[in-house]
Amino acid sequence: MPAKEFTLDDLKRILLAGAGADESVDLDADISDTDFETLGYESLALLETSSRIEREFGVSLDEGALFDANTPRALIAVVNNHLLALESA
Amino acid sequence: MSATSISTTGDASGGAEGSGPVTVVTGVGVTAPNGLGVEDFWAATRAGKSGIGRITRFDPAGYPSRLAGEVPGFVAADHLPGRLLPQTDHMTRLALVAADWALQDAGIGPGDVPDFDMGVVTASSAGGFEFGENELRALWGQGSQYVSAYQSFAWFYAVNTGQISIRNGMRGPSGVLVSDQAGGLDALAQGRRLIRRGSTLIVSGGVDASICSWGWAAQLTTGRLSTGDDPATAYLPFDRSASGHVAGEGGALLILESEDGARRRGAQVYGELAGYAATFDPAPGSGRPPGLARAITTALDDAGVRPEDIDVVFADAAGVPELDRIEAEAITSVFGARQVPVTAPKVLTGRLNSGAAALDVVTALLSLRDGVIPPTTGVRLDPEFDIDLVTAGARPADLRTALVLARGHGGFNSAVVVRRS
Repeated sequence: MPAKEFTLDDLKRILLAGAGADESVDLDADISDTDFETLGYESLALLETSSRIEREFGVSLDEGALFDANTPRALIAVVNNHLLALESA
Repeated sequence: MSATSISTTGDASGGAEGSGPVTVVTGVGVTAPNGLGVEDFWAATRAGKSGIGRITRFDPAGYPSRLAGEVPGFVAADHLPGRLLPQTDHMTRLALVAADWALQDAGIGPGDVPDFDMGVVTASSAGGFEFGENELRALWGQGSQYVSAYQSFAWFYAVNTGQISIRNGMRGPSGVLVSDQAGGLDALAQGRRLIRRGSTLIVSGGVDASICSWGWAAQLTTGRLSTGDDPATAYLPFDRSASGHVAGEGGALLILESEDGARRRGAQVYGELAGYAATFDPAPGSGRPPGLARAITTALDDAGVRPEDIDVVFADAAGVPELDRIEAEAITSVFGARQVPVTAPKVLTGRLNSGAAALDVVTALLSLRDGVIPPTTGVRLDPEFDIDLVTAGARPADLRTALVLARGHGGFNSAVVVRRS
């Protein structure tokens, strides 16, 4: 893990700030493996989320990898891999 | 009016407005500076209660115009889901709530009408200006990484139509009309065309809001905003002291259906959208007459009524002396001197850009329903104008047919005839 880790709590906070939350979804439930689509976030919401992650964590995320990351667990892994690469650079 | 002149009135399909099922209004939703919700708005309007005051949405101290009509008591989070708040401008939030209320008023719930049989046609004048202002500020103050992804559509003219369509699963023919203050009528006319072409339900009208520093700078360029600081005297159309208008926010959305469809499902019917026309003014200096009178006569023809059938006129009421004169002369030329009551309750709200005329149509329908003409509060009619302006309190009257006029900056003239069913 990178020294400054990107956590599920970070993701939930950023999702809420950038795109809000669907009334029928409980973000505090175990959502790690739930599709973003099921959570109510469309592509523009994920674009806004990635933009906020980039500016807060100082990374530049690869669009292809973002596109493939369709669950919170997958997105968190992508971000932390970028953070690790940044630290070892 | 000849068929030729009708064919130049802005129907893209060409020819006259055409015929087809009678189009009626079965629901209304209002967000207005003098009332949030139709009941509050109508009570205030009948009583001549104004919603104009010093601007609170931004600090207007450094601007030449400091009054506006702001919608009171609107807390978006009380009405809309959290997912919609980060992606919507103030005007879109007002529009979504007005659409919800209009559908409730019409007794339409989710699943009642197939998705592709419902459409949305709204008017817009500037799009989501405040949202855009905030994102521009983020761009220049912090950098492009700080601009919301939702700016891609949140500012856009068609955004109210799109968001209403998405929220309510309305996937039929939809669109947006941009013709400044005339837009509310032009949108309703397009809604009527869609009902005539077979749509079951169309949400139509306009809700606008750009009381933010950037929006204000844009509105000031018209040179028509009043610089007065007294809410009681800043916007006095048809008055000798007329000196421009006060701008406001809000508007109305209406539910349009065919009369047969509405009767079949036992819906309430406010009235019929019976006639419409739009004309465009000639270029300045051409010497040709303004187009407003022709819009009126063509709309009357379209409704199949004579001037003496019109029981009340809701005026555009620019508040600019030259434009007031053009409107008073147009009314007098069609109806004769002081032959029909004229009113402009928008003195209580300010001019709402694309929301203005849609709100006037709602006011006209309520007037027909309740047999009362709301007053043009505070105005002392310039004796130069030979119109019967209703100024001294609401006037009871047996009303069956009303004419609503609207003009947009740059030469737009539109007229709508509504009739009690």
